[in-house]
Amino acid sequence: MQQKNKNNSMTDILTNMNTNVSPVERFVSATAGGALLAYGLKRGGGLGTVFSLLGGSLAFRGTTGHCHVYEAMGVDTNQGGETAPRNFKSGKSKTYENGLLSGKVHVSKSLTIDKSPAELYSFWRNFENLPQFMEHLESVKTTGEKTSHWKAKAPLGQSVEWDAETTSDQENVRIGWRSLEGADIPNSGVVEFLPTANRGTEVKVTMTYEAPGGALGAMFAKLFGEEPSQQVYGDLYRFKSLMESGEVITVEGQTSGREPQAKKATA
Amino acid sequence: MKAVCWMGKHSVQVMDVPDPKILNDRDAIIKITRTAICGSDLHLYNGYIPSMMQGDILGHEFMGEVVETGKAVSNLKQGDKVVVPFTIACGNCFFCKNEMFSVCDNSNPKPEGQETAYGFAGSGLFGFSHLMGGFAGGQAEYARVPFADVGPIKVPDSIEDEKVLFLSDIFPTGFMAADNCNIKEGDTVAIWGAGPVGQFATKSAFMLGAEKVVVIDHYQDRLDFAQANNPNVETINFDDVEVHDKLKDLTGGRGPDSCIDAVGLESHGTSVDSLLDYAKAAVFLATDRPHALRQAIFCVRKGGTVSIPGAYGGFMDKFPIGAAFNKGLTFKMGQTHMQAYMPRLLAAVEEGKIDPSFVISHRLNLSEAPMAYDNFNTEKNQWRKVVLNPNG
Ligand SMILES: NC(=O)c1ccc[n+]([C@@H]2O[C@H](COP(=O)([O-])OP(=O)(O)OC[C@H]3O[C@@H](n4cnc5c(N)ncnc54)[C@H](O)[C@@H]3O)[C@@H](O)[C@H]2O)c1
Ligand SMILES: [Zn+2]
Ligand SMILES: [Zn+2]
Repeated sequence: MQQKNKNNSMTDILTNMNTNVSPVERFVSATAGGALLAYGLKRGGGLGTVFSLLGGSLAFRGTTGHCHVYEAMGVDTNQGGETAPRNFKSGKSKTYENGLLSGKVHVSKSLTIDKSPAELYSFWRNFENLPQFMEHLESVKTTGEKTSHWKAKAPLGQSVEWDAETTSDQENVRIGWRSLEGADIPNSGVVEFLPTANRGTEVKVTMTYEAPGGALGAMFAKLFGEEPSQQVYGDLYRFKSLMESGEVITVEGQTSGREPQAKKATA
Repeated sequence: MKAVCWMGKHSVQVMDVPDPKILNDRDAIIKITRTAICGSDLHLYNGYIPSMMQGDILGHEFMGEVVETGKAVSNLKQGDKVVVPFTIACGNCFFCKNEMFSVCDNSNPKPEGQETAYGFAGSGLFGFSHLMGGFAGGQAEYARVPFADVGPIKVPDSIEDEKVLFLSDIFPTGFMAADNCNIKEGDTVAIWGAGPVGQFATKSAFMLGAEKVVVIDHYQDRLDFAQANNPNVETINFDDVEVHDKLKDLTGGRGPDSCIDAVGLESHGTSVDSLLDYAKAAVFLATDRPHALRQAIFCVRKGGTVSIPGAYGGFMDKFPIGAAFNKGLTFKMGQTHMQAYMPRLLAAVEEGKIDPSFVISHRLNLSEAPMAYDNFNTEKNQWRKVVLNPNG
């Protein structure tokens, strides 16, 4: 994918992060989104799905002025200087090198989990539990009081490994960690557990990756997806399900008429 | 096993597919003894619900016998007779704890679709598209039931399947529709749609103390059926009679205290607004055809309630917000919070207060599903509710 980033400098992207879709395009998106959703609904089937979901995301973009696709591509069509409230201070700076993500990626996501800070903290604090909900992780081993060894799944049955250290640890409040020298993809994270009056705990995860360019960039994309914030959100969602319901529900491996053995029944 | 698969718009097929397996610790496998076709299945059949894939197993109204349980299920054992609710719910999240089971946080393994389309994702549903989690359904010989320690309700072996089968959906759905009307002594409730959901909403409105129910449809046999099965029902065939005027007539000019839309997104009609809906849906400017809903909003009395069990999926055009606002209306809607209603409705069946099997018009074998879908979709006078037997 070529970088379609006309005359936007890196700082433009940074400052326009929250609304990267121009007002006109927003209107078109909202309308076309509705139409595509409708088209998908009418059509049904695989392609229908794509159209509906695409329609849904266009409609979404139309109403929020924020396009994840553009964001991932580093494209900003909102050059009229419309300012929007900055509710996420994620300060992402992303660019594409040969079509691959590189640079510093900063992601922050929150989700409320109906458990106490203590229950959530103690599960997370045992880093060896993390692969149960962090999709890309294969294993984490505790190697010392503050150190651990992380192994992530990589394409073609390979894996990426690195050592990490705990940078902050406040019981039932927050845990911070970062990779040590030598990691292919330097990364760090903080998780905070904020109690609420009666809604459980607001869990906020902030992650920073140093996304490399080139071949490693491709690896990065495979590991964290085109949209790392989606990955972090997915992990957080799985953490919530695991803590609340004791499992992460799945439909993978279920039966359907698409299985190779499936065939039309004879009466 | 044999299963009814969605193959595309207006196409279902009975296929031989692999048997289901336990995938999560809180799962159970149920051997299905009875399963039904729902008006909701017709929305899939007619291609109105996005994100269906060829080969998806249909069906969300089923019951049977427990044959296997996952490690974490201790309240069910092999041989238990259970009815399975169509909404899948964890029982642990904020919403489940507050009895809003159909918006459970943890039962939809694919929340992204609804988060994009609706802002947040509802619960998983059996056999109801990948937006709703993509779970294989229960028009089959066996089904995998997630969160089996929370969903399925045990029923006595002595009770006939047909009397409890509809605890899986349409009885609680009709009941919640009426419950949402907050019925008071002397109330008149108007119900659009004399399908199975409308029939159960009618029975439930009386169970909850309504004085009179007015049922609106254009299938005369369905209207007559509602009248024959209840004490104080008036009917309006909208092909012959102007609905708003007639409702005023029937309520001394007040209008019904509450209106129930048991039609959903495929409303029929030939009024100007509904013809426009057909046209817009055809060119994709709107997705749902909400003629009945508009009429309900228009007809309900001031300060009344509009309760919507009929299913909607996308956008509606010409929502009469002015009427809703200036009359000070209350709206209640949603997929049914099944688990919240099943125990008390099972009790009502056991106490003989209602025999839900009254609604059945056809009893067929699973292999006859394609023919049954076709007829239920078009021959609505005769085909009111189809029950399938997977072992027949
Ligand atoms: N909320 C839930 O959880 C839930 C559960 C089950 C079913 N549903 C929905 O309830 C609706 C009804 O289900 P059903 O099984 O009774 O379906 P059905 O198709 O058998 O019945 C619908 C009836 O509505 C009538 N109708 C169509 N247009 C009308 C109009 N303009 N005015 C009055 N009546 C009109 C039809 O003639 C038909 O008799 C569907 O939308 C279904 O998806 C919702
Ligand atoms: Zn149903
Ligand atoms: Zn839940």
